[in-house]
Amino acid sequence: MKRQIFVGAAVFIGFWTLMFVAWNLTLRTPLVQQQIGYDGVAMTQVDFADDLAAKENDPIHVAPEEVYPLGDGDLEGERAGDIYENVQVLGHLSDAQFNRFMAQITEWVSPEQGCAYCHGEDGNFAHDAYYQKIVARWMIRMTQNINGNWGDHVAPAGVNCYTCHRGKNNPDYRWYTDVSAVESSGKLGWKGGGNEPGIGLATLPKDPYTPFLLGDAQIWGVSDYVHPGQEGTKGTKHTEWTYALMNHMSIGLGVNCTYCHNSRNFGSWEQSPPTRTKAWYGIRMVRDANANYVAPTVAVNPADQLGPTGDVSKIYCTTCHYNIAKPLYGADMISAYPSLQAPGPQPWPTEDALMLDPKPEEASLETGTAVQ
Amino acid sequence: MAMVEYQNLFTQTQVRGHPEAGIPSEKNTWSRAGRGGFSYLVGVIGNAQIGPIYIGGLGFASIVTGVLAINIIGFNMLASVDWDIFEFVRQGFWLALEPPPPEYGLSFPPLNEGGWWMISSLFLLISVLLWWVRSWERANALGMGKHVAYAFASAIWLFLVLGLFRPILMGSWSEGVPYGVFPHLDWTAALSIRYGNLFYNPFHALSIVFLYGSTLLWAMHGATILATTRLGGEREIEQIVDRGTASERAALFWRWTMGFNATMESIHRWIWWFAVLTTLTGGIGILLTGTVVDNWFIWAQDHNFAPSYPEAYPPAPIPDGANDPSWNPATLPGMGGAELPAADAVMQGESN
Repeated sequence: MKRQIFVGAAVFIGFWTLMFVAWNLTLRTPLVQQQIGYDGVAMTQVDFADDLAAKENDPIHVAPEEVYPLGDGDLEGERAGDIYENVQVLGHLSDAQFNRFMAQITEWVSPEQGCAYCHGEDGNFAHDAYYQKIVARWMIRMTQNINGNWGDHVAPAGVNCYTCHRGKNNPDYRWYTDVSAVESSGKLGWKGGGNEPGIGLATLPKDPYTPFLLGDAQIWGVSDYVHPGQEGTKGTKHTEWTYALMNHMSIGLGVNCTYCHNSRNFGSWEQSPPTRTKAWYGIRMVRDANANYVAPTVAVNPADQLGPTGDVSKIYCTTCHYNIAKPLYGADMISAYPSLQAPGPQPWPTEDALMLDPKPEEASLETGTAVQ
Repeated sequence: MAMVEYQNLFTQTQVRGHPEAGIPSEKNTWSRAGRGGFSYLVGVIGNAQIGPIYIGGLGFASIVTGVLAINIIGFNMLASVDWDIFEFVRQGFWLALEPPPPEYGLSFPPLNEGGWWMISSLFLLISVLLWWVRSWERANALGMGKHVAYAFASAIWLFLVLGLFRPILMGSWSEGVPYGVFPHLDWTAALSIRYGNLFYNPFHALSIVFLYGSTLLWAMHGATILATTRLGGEREIEQIVDRGTASERAALFWRWTMGFNATMESIHRWIWWFAVLTTLTGGIGILLTGTVVDNWFIWAQDHNFAPSYPEAYPPAPIPDGANDPSWNPATLPGMGGAELPAADAVMQGESN
């Protein structure tokens, strides 16, 4: 009996010794700390060196080369809107600029499908038969709006399609409204918004995006007053929702709380690093983009692009950031692309901005002709 | 082969015979259950004898209500993963029975929106209180002091503050603690953030002092007694009334090392009070949070309790509208909104 106890103790100690050695000496490289605050107050970014190295070596964070640079005189000449039919957003560009942009957006968003992704294969570039084309219009307009009106968040690097798309039809990181943890169907088992492995494995509400990044619910977590009575009914549950959003921001940017907040009093602007201001504009930018440019495209998106509540996928911090503090490590994404720097002069949205033409094959089926 | 074995009260030879029945007591409502038995392994860490156990009416009622409370919690967790036992195990630490959302205030919420939490809390409350009475009654039956009951009462004080007194004072059951492993930890972090960082709550600070102090005192006392057992130090009660060389040496050791020594008697009061004050001060700190003080950091600044540090970075420029006081609680689920998916589902459930 006593021997069993000694064997048990030896196994226990041995296991934890191995774990200690494995964890501390072999698996992980040293911690890298970047201090921004005064000594000893933990205003510090902490990362594993191998995590940082893996991110730095990941080609996803490398901005692509221009397909072809703008040449002298490329901005001159007849306007695209006068040459081509049905140009609703980029009609003010020159012909060269317009075609260059079309080549560029193909590389950014649909390098595999090519032009056909938006325009189909029948050679008719003017018709609006494919939802991808309609959505692209709204996304181009969104990008112009972000660069033109949200410099507080994106300047000086700016954004272009690649900032989110990275050569894919859909950005890697996006979200759908998820009410599964909020609904209380049945007689028991209500989850109170979370209580399952959620953002960053926390049990906090799992969909803070819908109220905060699509709606404009006030992002609030800390009382501004020493005594009660000033904050209305705002309680711990309100903080949990905001906390969930903040967890998303932290993970989406690959940073600690202290990147934007002095954690001894999260609400205090006076003690926060200036990065918090940048993030504040970022949240408003995402709201603007989601509410006015992304969500409306639900009208043209096919069912396989929709989420469980019938919405389109929307953007949040990770959509651009891909888990690092500055997307593409702060590479200049905009100065080479004047077409995306600000909204164009054409009116928006046009009346038929969210309507699809019948597809060529559908049209031909109606008339009974075979499609070649 | 002769085996040399070190022996003292803590490594006693395990004697087997008829189990010790204890003194008869006329204050029992039930008789003791079982005849008692022995376990070697239990004898390694304590008395080898297990039972007979006294359950009694109070204990029985406490166990029944406690089992009810835990089953309500458990079945709600199981239902939250669609009755999938594997998911229940896999996500176990994340699952919870959640208190009602703020929109219901102090009213009784729908069963599946905090109602179960209320019922479970009631059973848990009854169970804990009955167990407390039992700890009092059993001490009484044995002619003991009530020190255990008072110490337990201190822990129950914190429990009551968290789940009963403070939610009532705040006017909302939503301020209660979710029942779940990680959920109650995330809730604790959120509570601290909401009320301006609990580390600047002086009663929270006191509670931590007494908590860590308890472990320190226990280590000091345990080490002292073990270190003097070869001189008879483990016979603490005898040493209190008839101080021997073990007590003398232990006292001398602490006077040499830190200039002061507790006595064989007072050290137990030290430890008892540290343990009791941990939850007593903690409960006061929680009770004041949100009821008297809404932001402990600002409170600490006002009272020169939170230091300022030299500026290491320019402060964040405050964006226009960042401190806009307008607030529409209805835009968050559970905060009283009309377009609430949760509320819709409940109404559907009731009309069905």
